[in-house]
Amino acid sequence: MHRVYLDNNATTPLLPEVFEAMRPYFFEKFGNASSIHQQGQQARAAVEHAREQVAGLLNCRPAEIVFTSGGTEGDNLALFGLAKPGEHVITSAVEHHAVLNTCKRLEEMGCSVTYLPVDGRALVDPDDVRRALRPQTKVISIILANNETGVLQPVKEIAKIAVEADVYLHTDAVQAAGKLGLDVKEIGCDLLTISGHKIHGPQGTGALYVGKGTLLQPLLYGGRHERSRRAGTENLPGIVGLGKAAEIAREGFSDGSVERMAALRDRLEKGIVEAVEQIGVNSGDALRVPNTTNIYFDCIEGEAMVIALDLKGLSVSTGAACSSGAIEPSHVLTAMGLSADRARASIRFSLGKQNTGEDVEFALSLVPEVVSRLRELSPLWKKAVSHQPSALS
Amino acid sequence: MPNIRTVAVAMSGGVDSSTVAAMLCAQGYNVVGLTMQLWNQRRLAGHRGMPNEPVQGRCCSLDDVYDARRVAETLGIPYYVVNQEERFEHDVVRPFVEEYLSGRTPIPCSLCNNHLKFDQLLVTARQIGAELLATGHYARNEYDERSGRWILKRPADRAKDQTYFLFGLSQEQLSRTLFPLGEMRKPDVREEAKRAGLRLFEKPDSQEICFVPGGDYKMFLDAYLEEQGEGLPDTAGELVTTSGEVVGEHSGIHNFTVGQRKGLGVATGSPLYVLEIRGDKRQVVVGSGDELYSRTLRAKRLNWIAVEELREASRVQAKIRHRHEPASAVVEKNGDDEVLVTFDDPQRAITPGQAVVFYDGDVVVGGGWIV
Repeated sequence: MHRVYLDNNATTPLLPEVFEAMRPYFFEKFGNASSIHQQGQQARAAVEHAREQVAGLLNCRPAEIVFTSGGTEGDNLALFGLAKPGEHVITSAVEHHAVLNTCKRLEEMGCSVTYLPVDGRALVDPDDVRRALRPQTKVISIILANNETGVLQPVKEIAKIAVEADVYLHTDAVQAAGKLGLDVKEIGCDLLTISGHKIHGPQGTGALYVGKGTLLQPLLYGGRHERSRRAGTENLPGIVGLGKAAEIAREGFSDGSVERMAALRDRLEKGIVEAVEQIGVNSGDALRVPNTTNIYFDCIEGEAMVIALDLKGLSVSTGAACSSGAIEPSHVLTAMGLSADRARASIRFSLGKQNTGEDVEFALSLVPEVVSRLRELSPLWKKAVSHQPSALS
Repeated sequence: MPNIRTVAVAMSGGVDSSTVAAMLCAQGYNVVGLTMQLWNQRRLAGHRGMPNEPVQGRCCSLDDVYDARRVAETLGIPYYVVNQEERFEHDVVRPFVEEYLSGRTPIPCSLCNNHLKFDQLLVTARQIGAELLATGHYARNEYDERSGRWILKRPADRAKDQTYFLFGLSQEQLSRTLFPLGEMRKPDVREEAKRAGLRLFEKPDSQEICFVPGGDYKMFLDAYLEEQGEGLPDTAGELVTTSGEVVGEHSGIHNFTVGQRKGLGVATGSPLYVLEIRGDKRQVVVGSGDELYSRTLRAKRLNWIAVEELREASRVQAKIRHRHEPASAVVEKNGDDEVLVTFDDPQRAITPGQAVVFYDGDVVVGGGWIV
């Protein structure tokens, strides 16, 4: 069966160049980067080269990069590493669970946390951040690009507030990396999380940018790896792959691949909106990363739509991969004011650099047909149509 | 009829539904496996006497989903978990709780079949392109040319008969359902599972109500109502005899079911049984074993399968609980959406809240809820 993958916010396919870069580090270049001998030196050199590549993507110093096992660890390290019992954390209602559930745990440990609301576009108001500040505020953590809708938070403005108040600013940039330029100096954050597998790198890899002078309590204790910020033998092939993926992601801003992806996303979104009635783009009127569109289709069950499309060869999702199977509708969509029904009727299409115009046409050939079938059998749709005779004419 | 080749199988992770998936694959159907996630087994953990860890091997446990997924992998079929927790709570769990609190003894499995499996899941199946839904129930269905109706029949393996829980199916639902185990006996099913290479062929059958750990429904009510912030209402009251004499007190009507002997807290010479629960008066009526027998019952919220509706008094075999051998009776209309059932011989412990299902030999005529 012809298959098209439009769930790149869940994970992206590994680029062949990335795999080729990793391959020797599974075999002949297998060393432990802490060893004195030649194999160890070779491994160390590879890790530090990767660190430079990641630093290049974020425009920071290599020493400010801590390699992690992925976005979740980066978010955990940033927040657990900074906030102590009695201190205060500011975050938003639309964070990834890696931040939200870390904050819940911090509350159990004696921190207080403010979860800022968002407006109808899912945006945090920087003035709310300012108002939430307390003398005990230690860190602000706001997601840069939302994983479900792709909406971009005003992190730069929030950074100015953080500087004035002298509190740390962390941003989860997992979904922003590779899709928009990430210059930590321009953003003005102290910590920033990225993940390897969202930028066509390997799963189980990631990095946390920790700005110079930011004192972080580690999560893992052991050897003095990563300047004592993250103990444990480095994941050598993974780190090499992350480095290569970061380098390619950076090139994407000048070689036209990001723009091409953006054009395909716009084509897909426009095509669906034109072909299907009673739908809308979530956060459609806000700035978003150029690969994501999140659309509600009234009177359908998003879960059934994902299955129906999957059986026809199109991979999409109802939201965060981690939410699948959960009873609650997306916390992101409900926080921006969508009803539970509409949140459940929302589908996320997320493109990657491998996607082509044909992929988009394939999706456009399926979505309207599948939506009509779902609606034909939906008791909600029958009711909605019967209450709106004009919709039929 | 069109050549329908795509069928969704309701997979629970047990031997029966897994075997159904294997059999349909072997028959050349395009099979899609679906599991309904109905209840979060962790949800009440630690509430009011509930164990801190969920009981293993229950419906909707991670183990069962894991097993169903492994079967789908073995068979090479697409497989999905569909979340129906909200509907399950609304349509099954909540009514289950309300029934007990009103002094009746509910059967959640029938509600689940009516509202979830053969309603919501069938809709989902059709939405994703499967015109038919197959389940691992032991039952038979077929189109009857003479009456022009889809009929439901008892299975070949009488010991596994599940038609009692299926009396609520509509014609539409029956026409879109496959019961591939209808002609099989359980040992044959296990044999078939083994032959198909399913590693769970020896997995034990599930017995209890899937969301009530250890079958302790009182603990469940207590924990659930605490979680809901409601708490168990006070339904304590009197134990009375049929002649109205107060012989003791009880701690709440939800603790009783008709026919119950233990836990009455009254010492008399001869054994006492619960005869009736008067929810409005919070009274539990007790009496001797002989008084437990009754010749008639009334049932409401009826569904007819073999006939369009009951026109005249009919001779049937009526089954009043899952483990009850259908007994000869006459069923007749008793007003709107109500029937009166008169048994030839008095039946023990007719229990409001349970279903009564009418059979004509192997054929399910219809059924309703005992009031």
